Amino acid sequence: MPLNEDFKPTIVAFCCNWCSYAGADLAGTNRLQYPADVKIIRIPCSCRLNPMFVLRAFQRGADGVILCGCHPGDCHYTTGNYYARRRMTLLFSLLDYLGIEKERTKVEWVSAAEGAKFAATMQDFVETVRKLGPNRRLEDLRCRKD
Amino acid sequence: MLDVIKEISGVNPRKCMKCGKCTAACPAFDEMEYHPHQFVDMVETGRIDELLNSKGMYYCLSCFACVERCPRSVEPARLIEAVRTLALRKQGGDHMTPDMVPGKLDENLPQQAITSAFRKYRK
Amino acid sequence: MQRIGVFVCWCGSNIAATVDVEKVAEALGQEPGVVFSANYQYMCSQAGQELIQDAIREHRLTGVVICSCSPRMHENTFRKTVEKAGLNPYMLEIANIREQCSWIHKDKLTATEKAVILGRAAIAKVQLNTPLTAGTSPVRKRALVIGGGIAGIQTALDIAEAGFPVDIVEKKPTIGGKMTQLDKTFPTLDCAACILTPKMVDAAQNENITIYSYSEVQSVKGFVGNFQVSIRKKARYVDETKCTGCGLCTEKCPQKKVPNEFNLGLDNRRAIYIPFAQAVPKVAAIDPNYCTMLKSGKCGVCSKVCTAGAIDYQQRDQIIEETYGAIVVATGFEPIKLDRYGEFAYFQSPDVVTSLEFERLMNAAGPTGGTLLRPSDGKHPHTIVFVQCVGSRCDDSRGKSYCSKICCMYTAKHAMLCREKYPDTDVYVFYIDVRTPGKNFDEFYRRAVEEYGVHYIKGMVGKVVPQNGILKVQASDLIGNRQLHIDADMVVLAAAIEPDKSARPLATMLTASMDTNDFFTEAHPKLRPVESPTAGIFLSGACQGPKDIPETVAQASAAAAKVIGLLAKDHLSCNPCTAQPDEWMCNGCSSCEKVCPYGAITYAEKDFRGPNRTTLRRRVAQVNPAVCQGCGACTVACPSGAMDLKGFSNKQILAEVDAICR
Repeated sequence: MPLNEDFKPTIVAFCCNWCSYAGADLAGTNRLQYPADVKIIRIPCSCRLNPMFVLRAFQRGADGVILCGCHPGDCHYTTGNYYARRRMTLLFSLLDYLGIEKERTKVEWVSAAEGAKFAATMQDFVETVRKLGPNRRLEDLRCRKD
Repeated sequence: MLDVIKEISGVNPRKCMKCGKCTAACPAFDEMEYHPHQFVDMVETGRIDELLNSKGMYYCLSCFACVERCPRSVEPARLIEAVRTLALRKQGGDHMTPDMVPGKLDENLPQQAITSAFRKYRK
Repeated sequence: MQRIGVFVCWCGSNIAATVDVEKVAEALGQEPGVVFSANYQYMCSQAGQELIQDAIREHRLTGVVICSCSPRMHENTFRKTVEKAGLNPYMLEIANIREQCSWIHKDKLTATEKAVILGRAAIAKVQLNTPLTAGTSPVRKRALVIGGGIAGIQTALDIAEAGFPVDIVEKKPTIGGKMTQLDKTFPTLDCAACILTPKMVDAAQNENITIYSYSEVQSVKGFVGNFQVSIRKKARYVDETKCTGCGLCTEKCPQKKVPNEFNLGLDNRRAIYIPFAQAVPKVAAIDPNYCTMLKSGKCGVCSKVCTAGAIDYQQRDQIIEETYGAIVVATGFEPIKLDRYGEFAYFQSPDVVTSLEFERLMNAAGPTGGTLLRPSDGKHPHTIVFVQCVGSRCDDSRGKSYCSKICCMYTAKHAMLCREKYPDTDVYVFYIDVRTPGKNFDEFYRRAVEEYGVHYIKGMVGKVVPQNGILKVQASDLIGNRQLHIDADMVVLAAAIEPDKSARPLATMLTASMDTNDFFTEAHPKLRPVESPTAGIFLSGACQGPKDIPETVAQASAAAAKVIGLLAKDHLSCNPCTAQPDEWMCNGCSSCEKVCPYGAITYAEKDFRGPNRTTLRRRVAQVNPAVCQGCGACTVACPSGAMDLKGFSNKQILAEVDAICR
């Protein structure tokens, strides 16, 4: 697929309320830029991320999905991010098998103090997805707006 | 020129908090008219010409004591090295042409010295 | 169908400068279900809130979307706003168009576009919101303070004063913390012991305070209002109830070569010891690493000399279980290890000391009885060099990136005291900057220079070389543009401070967040400085960041005020965003029960009406909403999709996904 410079990927970022959402806020407070392609959905904990949400995102035309949660051991709910880590490992390898490149999916731990890390992670992730081009594999074409 | 120095050295002089530990650690202090902390400041404020014309910078031993001890990882020795490189490059062209070689030949002269004398600056 | 109102905030120019707020309000006004949309300069202001309330009444709104700053900032404000207008507070969603849009983008077109999409997602979610009512949970009216330094003592005293029982857990055999080791305190120069020990005694005598010394927190379960904590009371091999603190055992113990940690190893103590004369509780403890009796079973001198019969070699660690409504962290600080600073010769010469060691050398109760003597030969030093910022303000791996805050002032104090007691000494202070913000702080520093003649030199020490009993100091004088070579008798290093090592595992137990330096994070850097983001956990003293004594005490009392505010309530309203099973879909597999970190899920046999008047008895999940914290682990674990989370339901999140990907 030719690399389209104007390609604006749709990135869905799920952020846990306690660490990563606060980290994203900190990135904002410090005015750290990252691409506008990233749209954040707040969830109480990374373990709230149902694999169904990831599938739905790809189905509706998302080009990448990233999950951010507290660092292992620092989960507000003690163990939530361990569940998330296992679930996503399994889901992402399944998606890879289905043809959704594993670069389109990512789990990253971002604490409430890591605004810079949040911005850098998003920058990187958008760049990677942009290089891969639009996701077509799982997209439900009936849902396309155009 | 400032950008070239920053590029060669990979040093960001703005990180300096002017503590002077580099100068405190410098064993060649007495020989230099500008000292490591002044060096960093002069690069930051763009006083490069004064630096280029100073003899003192050639007295830097590259012992890296300042690099080792700088709390802000500014690495003044790398800056000094970059200014020296700049001075060499400024002279431009080849330092030696092949026809000069026979006259300089000496059994005790390391071959590497001749090779490096051929080194071209500013590709 | 909901009747939704959309309110777009300018936040002055914070949002309006990069987001075209009118366009956003207009675009979102076109969304299905939106019957009202407006924009206003400051939605959180009184006038802005009234605008929302009027619109709710006038347009009979059933849902509200506010496009503004982060929900972490004003979600509660706006929930109260809509509640006052008669709407359920959970019929509100916030689209974060400041921190996650206007502040991170520069291009107005892009930012406006993104703000619209974020607004749409919030509208899509609020379409599916249902009114939620918060339940309540009882508050256990007892507080736990972890750490018995000045921060912990002050917090405990203030809470006890308000009439609530408090327990202090201190890992050392005595409370008092670092302040007990100090000599004088800046900027007034009153002696640390004179102002601290009365407070220690107050804490011990206060009937509302229980001190668990030589104890550590082992595990924490539960949540705000109801933390179940187990405390390990380490065996001190001395019966606390019998020991009178006479100290006879500590004189007779034959094991004399134990480094005395109270004097930072500058002298020795016995294997059975009382840390210092004013210790609270004044009870001896046996150091099991050095006691011959405990190691080989041969000795027993202390038990022979103890007239109270308090020695008990058979004592074991004891576990205490207690329930608390609130927990205060006051774990304090530790000076950093200097093993990476070879240039200062700290490990090569005993005359190179840290400031805390110097503090002991100046202290009347210290190893030299208050006379300043060199540790190497016991002679009086004539030239003393103080080095500031050792390990502070470093951006390399050797030190800490932050300013340790207290060093400028205590170094000025040390320098001043040296000159005062020994006017024949030459005192040099090498500084990068002198930082003295604080009441009477700069005056104090100026006095050191002007009245006491301390040589303050802008520059840094490059290396220290011990040679024939003196310390050759090579340093820079930046203002004089020269290099100095000083023959010093002593070098004092102002080592950076870092959080106590016990803080990290404790943070994990409490699920309280920390920054990259292991300082506890506050809920808001300006507006909630003594609370952790985790409800019911409060922060006191240097565990939150470097602090001097006045600041520590101020924060300790502030934390106490917050705790008292919490304990004064009989009930707390719970988070209504809890898990809820669909009993018809539940197949009784217990998957959810296993993943729940709070044990909020139980199973019950329930009768369901089947077809043809039959009754089915089925095993279904039950969630205790008072215990559920709403993490959602169970909702994903449920194989039949019976479990859902109120406020973050599957449908709501899917609607958000759809809105974003549309």
